[in-house]
Amino acid sequence: MKYIDEFRDGEVARKIADRLAIEARGDRQYSFMEFCGGHTHAISRYGVRELLPVNVRMIHGPGCPVCVLPIGRVDMAIKLALEHEVIVCTYGDTMRVPASDSLSLTKAKARGGDIRMVYSAADALTVARDNPERQVVFFAIGFETTTPPTALAILRAQREGLKNFSVLCCHVLTPSAITHILESPEVRQYGTVPIDGFIGPAHVSIVIGSGPYEHFAEEYRKPVVIAGFEPLDVMQAILMLVRQVNDGRAHVENEFTRAVDRDGNLAAQQKVSEVFELRPSFEWRGLGEVPYSALKIRPAFAEFDAERRFGLGYRPVADNKACECGAILRGVKQPTDCRIFGTVCTPENPVGSCMVSSEGACAAHYAYGRFKDIPVVTA
Amino acid sequence: MNVRDDSKGGTVRAGYVRPLDIRNGRIDMGHGAGGRAAAQLIEEIFLAAFDNPFLRQGNDGASLAIPQGSRLVMATDAHVISPLFFPGGDIGALSVHGTVNDVAMMGATPLWLSASFILEEGFPLADLKRIVQSMAAAAREAGVAVVTGDTKVVEQGKGDGVFISTTGVGVVPHGIDVSGANARPGDVILLSGTVGDHGVAVLSQRESLEFETTIVSDTAALNGLVADMLAVCPAIRTLRDPTRGGVATTLNEIARQSGVGMLLDEAAIPVKPEVDAACELLGLDPLYVANEGKLIAIVPAEHADAALAAMRAHPYGADAVRIGVVQEDAHHFVQMNTRFGGRRVVDWLSGEQLPRIC
Repeated sequence: MKYIDEFRDGEVARKIADRLAIEARGDRQYSFMEFCGGHTHAISRYGVRELLPVNVRMIHGPGCPVCVLPIGRVDMAIKLALEHEVIVCTYGDTMRVPASDSLSLTKAKARGGDIRMVYSAADALTVARDNPERQVVFFAIGFETTTPPTALAILRAQREGLKNFSVLCCHVLTPSAITHILESPEVRQYGTVPIDGFIGPAHVSIVIGSGPYEHFAEEYRKPVVIAGFEPLDVMQAILMLVRQVNDGRAHVENEFTRAVDRDGNLAAQQKVSEVFELRPSFEWRGLGEVPYSALKIRPAFAEFDAERRFGLGYRPVADNKACECGAILRGVKQPTDCRIFGTVCTPENPVGSCMVSSEGACAAHYAYGRFKDIPVVTA
Repeated sequence: MNVRDDSKGGTVRAGYVRPLDIRNGRIDMGHGAGGRAAAQLIEEIFLAAFDNPFLRQGNDGASLAIPQGSRLVMATDAHVISPLFFPGGDIGALSVHGTVNDVAMMGATPLWLSASFILEEGFPLADLKRIVQSMAAAAREAGVAVVTGDTKVVEQGKGDGVFISTTGVGVVPHGIDVSGANARPGDVILLSGTVGDHGVAVLSQRESLEFETTIVSDTAALNGLVADMLAVCPAIRTLRDPTRGGVATTLNEIARQSGVGMLLDEAAIPVKPEVDAACELLGLDPLYVANEGKLIAIVPAEHADAALAAMRAHPYGADAVRIGVVQEDAHHFVQMNTRFGGRRVVDWLSGEQLPRIC
């Protein structure tokens, strides 16, 4: 496949791996966090870890949209479907996120809720146009990547005067999550999570640009390398991070120059700020309440805000006690540190959200990396 | 002899029954009530297409003569595909191929099929006829006879047009022992061609994600291919068609059943560029996408070349390749050396394969 295969070339990967082996100093450990689930998925699916020197460790970050979605938010969507009898439209991965009372959107659908998987916010608008007698709510999740399409859907609904379309907005912001991790006691005080640098988001950065990360590099002295989602992008970014660490630099570097510039997509940013404003606080699964870390719909678009239209209140729900998703999302623990990983909690029956999406740290490790936990007996 | 039909004021031939209005007619509840309407439907659509001596007897079941001393294989499959017609096939052909292949994957020669139809009130007769004719053509090509069947009608909204359930019976030639439990460490894993064609062809027609593609389903009856393979390599350990769940899930099933592990070579697994591109776009992994005309064969290493040559000589196995080996592994993991140079587990499909969102 043109423009894809070039970034999955095994020979080039081998060359970068050789460089890494030479340049990663034997007398120290390197720990880098890949913020995005897209990177987590690429690392697992292509076996990138196998190509890294043993002293280079990757920590999976919280950048998986469904993983950070708290139970209380999914409960709101389920309530809309089962009690308000609206059509709830959402992205595929969201369907399986565990909620209260052993429910999920998939299970609520089996109980009679009209819940539909869509590929885009625009598809949810189509559902609204096709069902004028029903209320349709788009359960909008995701980082800066999926936010502009939601903004466009709301703007279009307003232009068309659609009276049966609204959005349950759960869009969250990348920079505030990174700040939260850097400010967490484990990183800042105890040093239990040594983070030497970040692989910065790919698609998110296309929208927001590389500028917003400069603060982390300066304020926290952590190098950031923005990288594409292909495995060679990840390898190259790791090499660039190792070089920054070796040189004692902490800059924002851009490996993903084919798509990302400093300013990002200004048209998309403009639409987002037209429709959304900052939420003073938002609960993230694993991270807890994080100030100014999410978006809500501006009062000017109140009629398209499902929370207002249906008078929904947010009720926080604690995670299962045995679930370590929170610590895993903060990089404090690894999936295998969790007592219920792979036994009680599996992709078929996820207890924690990290087991839901293939971008989640636990699901990625379960699906692609399990063989490392147990020595394999070869013939 | 002409008789007068007073109600209409015209004359019709004695014994004349107005034929089904295939062009405009639709299934109604009467077609499932067991009366004249049902009999007419069977006669004009099913019997006309499937005609054979078993059906002509007009009994409730088929009386089959079993070859002396042979082992019988029986398999059943229900078909609920949406859309009913897709590039490269339809539910009719699929319902024959699916069951014929299940029988063939036991090393058997498929001989007879049963077919039962659950029709939704309002379903166009023209579509039904097209589907049944497609089934009949598929059965003829595969050399099997549809020997018995049944039709039920459900109210509108309680079905999705048509569901077809087929059962196949075949006989296993003497000396053949093919089973998912037979794979042994050291065996070679063969694949008959490109993966993911069927799943992508069907997905491309789904209402919510219509996209333009030249991909057609690979749906086909593989009993001919299997017969050719068994002729040169009777020692085949395992045959399986990687349908739902794709190659990845099928290999995991075999690994568990045989109590072995597997090591695949990603670079060896053929994927059409169009399928690869569609999967990339939808966030799917071709290894988990359904096939309907492909098979996986596990053979002792010393017979691998002969089996591969036999596969490549058959039109349905022209792109056959060696994709990996069976190895000892107490955990029954299917692992893969990635094209990128790493190694990973190829796990079971969990839930539906849902698209990733960013």
